[in-house]
Amino acid sequence: MLRLEKLVKTYKTGDQALKAVELEIPEGQVLALIGPSGAGKSTLIRCINRLVEPTSGKVYLGGVELTGLSSGNLRRERRRMGMIFQEYALVERLSVMENVLSGRLGYVGFWRSFLRRYPQSDIDEAFRLLDRVGLAHMADKRADELSGGQRQRVGICRALIQDPALLLVDEPTASLDPKTSRQIMRLICELCKERGLAAIINIHDVALAQMFVQRVIGLRFGAVEFDGPPEGLTPDVLTTIYGEEDWEATIEKVDEDDAEVAI
Amino acid sequence: MTDVNTLIGKPWRKPPFIKRRWLRWVLLIGAVAYLIAAYMTIDVNWARVYEGLERGKQFVLAFTSPDFSTRSSDIYEGMLESVIMTIAASVVGIVISIPIALGAARNIAPLPVYLICRSIIAISRALQEIIVAILLVAIFGFGPLAGFLTLSFATIGFLSKLLAEDIESMDKVQAEAIKASGAKWTQWINYGVQPQVMPRLIGLSIYRVDINFRESAILGLVGAGGIGATLNTAFDRYEYDTAAAILLIIIVIVMALEYISGVIRARVQ
Amino acid sequence: MPVQDLKGRKVWQRRSGRESLGHWIMWLVGVAVFAYCWQQISASTTWFFVWDAPRIAEDIWTRATPPRWEYITQLGKPIWDTLNIATLGTFFALILAVPVAFLAASNTTPSKLFIRPFALLIIVSTRSINSLIWALLLIAIIGPGVFAGVIAIAIRSIGFCAKLLYEAIEEIDQTQVEAITATGASRWQVMAYGIVPQILPAFAGIAVFRWDINIRESTVLGLVGAGGIGLQLSSSLNVLAWPQVSLILLVILAAVVISEWVSAKVRGAII
Repeated sequence: MLRLEKLVKTYKTGDQALKAVELEIPEGQVLALIGPSGAGKSTLIRCINRLVEPTSGKVYLGGVELTGLSSGNLRRERRRMGMIFQEYALVERLSVMENVLSGRLGYVGFWRSFLRRYPQSDIDEAFRLLDRVGLAHMADKRADELSGGQRQRVGICRALIQDPALLLVDEPTASLDPKTSRQIMRLICELCKERGLAAIINIHDVALAQMFVQRVIGLRFGAVEFDGPPEGLTPDVLTTIYGEEDWEATIEKVDEDDAEVAI
Repeated sequence: MTDVNTLIGKPWRKPPFIKRRWLRWVLLIGAVAYLIAAYMTIDVNWARVYEGLERGKQFVLAFTSPDFSTRSSDIYEGMLESVIMTIAASVVGIVISIPIALGAARNIAPLPVYLICRSIIAISRALQEIIVAILLVAIFGFGPLAGFLTLSFATIGFLSKLLAEDIESMDKVQAEAIKASGAKWTQWINYGVQPQVMPRLIGLSIYRVDINFRESAILGLVGAGGIGATLNTAFDRYEYDTAAAILLIIIVIVMALEYISGVIRARVQ
Repeated sequence: MPVQDLKGRKVWQRRSGRESLGHWIMWLVGVAVFAYCWQQISASTTWFFVWDAPRIAEDIWTRATPPRWEYITQLGKPIWDTLNIATLGTFFALILAVPVAFLAASNTTPSKLFIRPFALLIIVSTRSINSLIWALLLIAIIGPGVFAGVIAIAIRSIGFCAKLLYEAIEEIDQTQVEAITATGASRWQVMAYGIVPQILPAFAGIAVFRWDINIRESTVLGLVGAGGIGLQLSSSLNVLAWPQVSLILLVILAAVVISEWVSAKVRGAII
């Protein structure tokens, strides 16, 4: 469904963030992207919807080549890719409802969106989504009145109301406490399953990644070092991705955590 | 928890910025009524404006060929006088404003001193430069002395207020540490207060030099010296090329001052 | 090198020898420049008038008090004009300042190489020239009156408002803009949803702040013939009607204090 071919990104400073990344994701697969800071995780995600312009290589989404699209066509394709951000990236001074509805911007004209006259179907869908994440009663609150976990839920609604085929998720839990982190990850994965969405989740918490996803990609210096199921993340693998460290503790912690969750 | 089924199918409107409906309408109608009333009372002589467009065009064109030479000696003398007034007034103004700022900071000065200094600041800020200049010209006669006094007076109000606010918001612990070492009041100011507010003082002073120069350009209109008198004459005689030359010089000097002040402020902070 | 080794004894000095020499020279030059400036001012001053100043000041004071209170009935229209000059001037300035600010902010400008310097030039040139000079110029072009005052205030305020506004635009949180872009929004939608909500409080603050300053400035525009209460001040000064002058000054003072109070209240409510 999503295919990356020899994707390269070199920044103006000369830093090579991505070195010919090859990747294919089938329909409905949730995938975690792990790797140390600066490995190019964020860049990879942003190159897919071209918030960052790739230097060379190709990105295909369901047969459409995204690289090389004109800006009008790119906007149309962006509607099929919902994005969820690390610091929520809600428009703080707009209400929760406006933030959710902003996910429909690619579908409605300028004046309609400017006057907040969205089609009734969009509004219904927004309420359904907010209800799904448990925030329907917050619809008219301003986004900056919400807690971190609530904001991220609004961010998820904004991505889903786009009716996307793919979710691009950039460090969804980096600014959240451990419990909320797990809830948010579970919510994202559940929603992907419900709607049959594929997702790329950037995450630096290996344990959390192992808990929820079907496939893990390890990135190091802009190149794919590992591609396999979460069980395949042995200490050796983690050492190649992150460097020398005592990994037993991390992996063990996963088991304990899983046990805890099971209870 | 709201039952979502009650919400589905209902239209949603953005909650209005002003909650009370009548207030919203009163404000809106009031604003429109004001704009109409204001427009009605400004009687614009459109024929005169239309005539003026030609002159406006000439003036804009004059910027492409400014005339620095015809009145070069007038321009030079006016500019020099403006610069001299700016420098002298800034120096005197800054020197006087420091003790007043100390007096106007509630955490340093006793109440009577505080009230006196604050009222000096209030008077200086409420009176505009040009009005002060008119009064001082009436008292001291025409010439740069009146301009110099005006700018010094205005500098005091500006600088003392901002500096006093800075002193009031300074870190108390540092100042207390110096006091605890048994320092005298003057030593305390020198070691506990001065290092904290110095960067801001320098930054504000340079900013004020910039303002003083701009203001000095208009004081000449009321006879208080500087380039304003030359500029006024140029406009009166419709010598747009000379006026354009003067304005260009002012713009260039202001830009240079802003650039320098940016560099210095970046260095001291 | 603040610590020096002098024959085995360490001596601490605040500044090294060269540094302190530099400081002395700087001070010396400073004092010399100031002395020169003062000497120039003094040379073009008629000192006889200055020595006579206390007597003249007293004379003006006795003539100006008490103010001629009944004159206030004639000030209604000029005060209204002054208010209009400030308010309409601010209004037009804001309308023009918004596009200039968007063209000048480095993150929203369409072209950093061509359009941004042009926008910055507009900002600098309108800002560096006082509204009285703009008024002088406009009177020469379109004739005296309130209209010239409105335009003068508007032009002077464009640069001021646009500068503060473009600084606010440059400080916005870019990830919010990114998030809106990622939904497939068009350029204008990104502006309406990603940028405008973030700068709206700054915009309102700037508007009120500049309106306050403009009230001050419009009170004196009449001195050069651009309408408002300054016109009355100028004509009273010309006929040396000091009791009227003192009343007008009191009115101006009141206007300044009220506008500052209003602006502080409104800004407090926004932030």
